[in-house]
Amino acid sequence: MELVADKVGHAYGDLEVLDGIDLTVGAGEIVALIGPSGCGKSTLLSIVGGLLRPSRGTVSIAGVVPPESLNPFTFVFQDFALLPWRTVEGNVALALEHHPLSARERQERVGAALARIGLAEFRDAFPRQLSGGMRQRVGIARALVVRPAMLLLDEPLSALDAQTRELLMEEFLALWLGERVAALYVTHNLWEALRLADRIVVLSRRPGRVKLMVPVPIPQRERGQPAAQPVLTALHEGLWDSIKTEARLADREMSDA
Amino acid sequence: MPSDRRAIAFRGGGFSLQRKRWASVIAFALLLLVWQGAVSFGIITPVFLPSPWSIARALAHLATTASFWRDLGASSSRILAGWAIGTLAGLATGLAMGLFSIARAVGVPVISALFPIPKIALLPLLILWLGIGEPSKWATIALGVFFPTAIATYSGIDGVPLSLVRMAQSFGLPFGAILRKVVLPGALPSILAGFRISAATALLLVVAAEMIGAQQGIGAFVLTTGNLMQTDQLMAGVVVLAILGLLIGWGLSALERRLLRWR
Repeated sequence: MELVADKVGHAYGDLEVLDGIDLTVGAGEIVALIGPSGCGKSTLLSIVGGLLRPSRGTVSIAGVVPPESLNPFTFVFQDFALLPWRTVEGNVALALEHHPLSARERQERVGAALARIGLAEFRDAFPRQLSGGMRQRVGIARALVVRPAMLLLDEPLSALDAQTRELLMEEFLALWLGERVAALYVTHNLWEALRLADRIVVLSRRPGRVKLMVPVPIPQRERGQPAAQPVLTALHEGLWDSIKTEARLADREMSDA
Repeated sequence: MPSDRRAIAFRGGGFSLQRKRWASVIAFALLLLVWQGAVSFGIITPVFLPSPWSIARALAHLATTASFWRDLGASSSRILAGWAIGTLAGLATGLAMGLFSIARAVGVPVISALFPIPKIALLPLLILWLGIGEPSKWATIALGVFFPTAIATYSGIDGVPLSLVRMAQSFGLPFGAILRKVVLPGALPSILAGFRISAATALLLVVAAEMIGAQQGIGAFVLTTGNLMQTDQLMAGVVVLAILGLLIGWGLSALERRLLRWR
């Protein structure tokens, strides 16, 4: 299954946020979407996930949607979006309750997702009792339980502290390398993108256009090794150079507004 | 400490209240004591304000009479009926106003215009429409209950983060499930807070309605005993109303503790 965005543009009233976005995400591919604040990264994600109707252009699926996937495009949210009145288990089960599964099968799936992400002993806890990292783990378990074909991650780590972020990045990698779920990963953190993505798409400042598409030529599992550092650092420098001007201008625009 | 060093002055005190249970109990006991003393030593004439002791005696006697329980039953059933009708209508209206733009556009100006009317002023009209019997009293209470309930419901729905609704949509939950699993539980704290206001309103209105046109009920009892200068009986009736209010409050607190365990 492949995702194809064709000349997607969006405006909130008079405010143009996205313009002429052409983008494909292949099966199992991890694409990071980076760009300055307000460039429409999250807007694009909402459009891809069907939560927002684009003003222009289309988003479509090419190929076969995996039949076992209950929710092919599945979000992981920046603010976790957990229901505070449901336990960890209840929050994960929410994603399955409207699907025709037997109670036993549902329980098994929820249990497996919780175990997978290290939450089994917290199943009866309420979100307020959990740390930010644990809450986002619940968000990830909820996303996994529907067997997504593509994860749509909207700055999933930016509400977390640096250490938790490291830990969760490792877990993302383990998940992706294990199951090869495709992902569209919105972030404003270049290092995050360089750690996780097969390909990095840089958007310009508002209205966001695709400014640069850079493949990361090293397999994810080797990126932690010293030999990879010069390449990643060079990539970082190149990307940062192209973003810096945009970011500076965007920053000025934001403060003028 | 060497002479060139000075301790940093503490300036972070106050503005943080602590629980002092004993102070509450002592103050309450002291109040009763002063009151009892003032009556016992003839500073206050009992016919204007009977002593706590004689009120308690009157209450104990009252509890043995059948007419008291009839009065209590009449008031309670009026509160219950009026509150239930007003709550159901208020929930339905509030829900519609919370979910649908048209209902909101129609509802807000109507509610804003009618909410400030003291509902007891409508009792004579409601008596004309519905007769002097129970339905006019139910309707008065229901009207008083309706508005705070409707407002609490739709503002509670407004307070549910849109991100949670979008999350539910992103997992493909159908409308009914989103309503049941996201919107209503999210609005529940506000709805329950509305119940507190509406219950107090119901108590107020039942007394007022019974004073205007009823043979039975605690309100009628308080009015009659006042006309007969039986102030100990009158105060006993007031105490019963206070207890009724307290019981309702406790009931709601228990409900909140049960339903809002997650907070």
